[in-house]
Amino acid sequence: MASVKEPRRETRIEVSDGALIPGKGEKSAFSAWRISFFGALALLVFLPIAHPSPYREILLFIPDGILKTFEVTLLSIAFALVVGLLTGIGRISRIRIINRIATIYVEVIRGIPLLVQIFYIYYALGKVVQVPDIMAAVIAMTVCYGAYLGEIFRAGIQSIHKGQMEAAIALGLTRSQALSRVILPQTVRVVLPPLGNEFIALLKDSSLVSILAVSDLLRRGREYASKTFYYFEALTVVALVYLVMTLFFSRLVALMEERMNRRGR
Amino acid sequence: MADRVRIIDASKNFGKVVALKNATLSVKPGEVVLVIGPSGSGKSTMLRCINRLENLTSGQIWIDEDQVTDRASDIRKIREEVGMVFQSFNLFPHLTALENITLAPRIVKKTPEKEAVALGKSLLARVGLSEKERSYPEQLSGGQQQRVAIARALAMSPKVMLFDEPTSALDPEMIKEVLDVMVELARDGMTMLVVSHEMGFARAAAHTVVFMDNGEIIERGSPEAVFASPKEERTQRFLKHIL
Repeated sequence: MASVKEPRRETRIEVSDGALIPGKGEKSAFSAWRISFFGALALLVFLPIAHPSPYREILLFIPDGILKTFEVTLLSIAFALVVGLLTGIGRISRIRIINRIATIYVEVIRGIPLLVQIFYIYYALGKVVQVPDIMAAVIAMTVCYGAYLGEIFRAGIQSIHKGQMEAAIALGLTRSQALSRVILPQTVRVVLPPLGNEFIALLKDSSLVSILAVSDLLRRGREYASKTFYYFEALTVVALVYLVMTLFFSRLVALMEERMNRRGR
Repeated sequence: MADRVRIIDASKNFGKVVALKNATLSVKPGEVVLVIGPSGSGKSTMLRCINRLENLTSGQIWIDEDQVTDRASDIRKIREEVGMVFQSFNLFPHLTALENITLAPRIVKKTPEKEAVALGKSLLARVGLSEKERSYPEQLSGGQQQRVAIARALAMSPKVMLFDEPTSALDPEMIKEVLDVMVELARDGMTMLVVSHEMGFARAAAHTVVFMDNGEIIERGSPEAVFASPKEERTQRFLKHIL
């Protein structure tokens, strides 16, 4: 919760639960990131060659699931960005009722496990309307991640020095004009890296939607396994594919962050 | 002539701290008022109440016919006519020097892009920074940033300009370039309230000097009178420290 008087923040938001983000110092050929990423990649190539059955079959069986995982992830992050931005603005709003609603939303959502939320929203929705499973999944992920992204946007907005808002309103801008033309453009650069991390977290958490009969990567792996009883092998491939994806994106986030630091502003 | 700014029995408390106590002050059109006093004496608070960056606890402030302190008056409209220059410049770091200046005219006054740019360029020329229009604030020195900030405030054609310690954050060699711009502005007839301890500016441009201490206006008068023969003991003591 925001305290009465907040100390001036650094314009860098630290996250602790992100994927493995290669730091600047890790330039060597044997950084943890390189070993993990290329190790996973090598296994994904080596296993199907060495043991075509079942690994080759599994690799041919799951691509549909990878696409589905991306579909859920991209749709969810897109909607969650909208919800998160509104929530973040709501959290700093001077209008008490809006502020209260945004804060309660964040507190409630963050206090419930995502898996429970997914089940809950699925069955709650089912009482009112019949929506496709994938849509229920996206709605659940959006509701959950909207709250987390809202906190990132709030922190990002509050990290902008208050002199910026003062200068803008002293010139005659309204608070909302100042927010959209002065504060938010500066917030974007601050929140991009943590948003990238949330994207990776969402990619991983999307595996939870496999419980809603959405044929994502995990579910495809399990479908294969339940037919063939190659549980260990199927989940090995599933895990390796997730690992390659998250490590790839974490590298991307790190590069983005580095580029922005170099640009300085 | 009617007063441009009238501060009437103005008080401001921050919790239990009294920042401004029964301050009364009028400023005529074209008058340049220099506000001096020890830190924490309420100088900045008084300035910030004039465009309602802070709300008075009691008292009134008027700008021409508009009562700033009236909740019903359109404060945004009033702020258009009151330019403010901050100690820490507060330029918008994501915009170029020119864009910093054109932002408010374009958004608030709906000035067409072309006109706003022409206005911005002429203001940059006025503060001597024509060649910096594409520079971002971080690429400018402190003195240059503050000059852009002055141009940015002037772009709204204000009736009054407030300067809140405009040179305190500057290295000594950059102070003069900012003061030169301010002196010129004063000569052009701008009404100005300036919180500063720059004696050079006081001599060159100030019509009135106001000394504040503990949230109160202790003494006011012409620069000659206040600096050469201050009446109040507290003023004498303070001037001994800074002169």
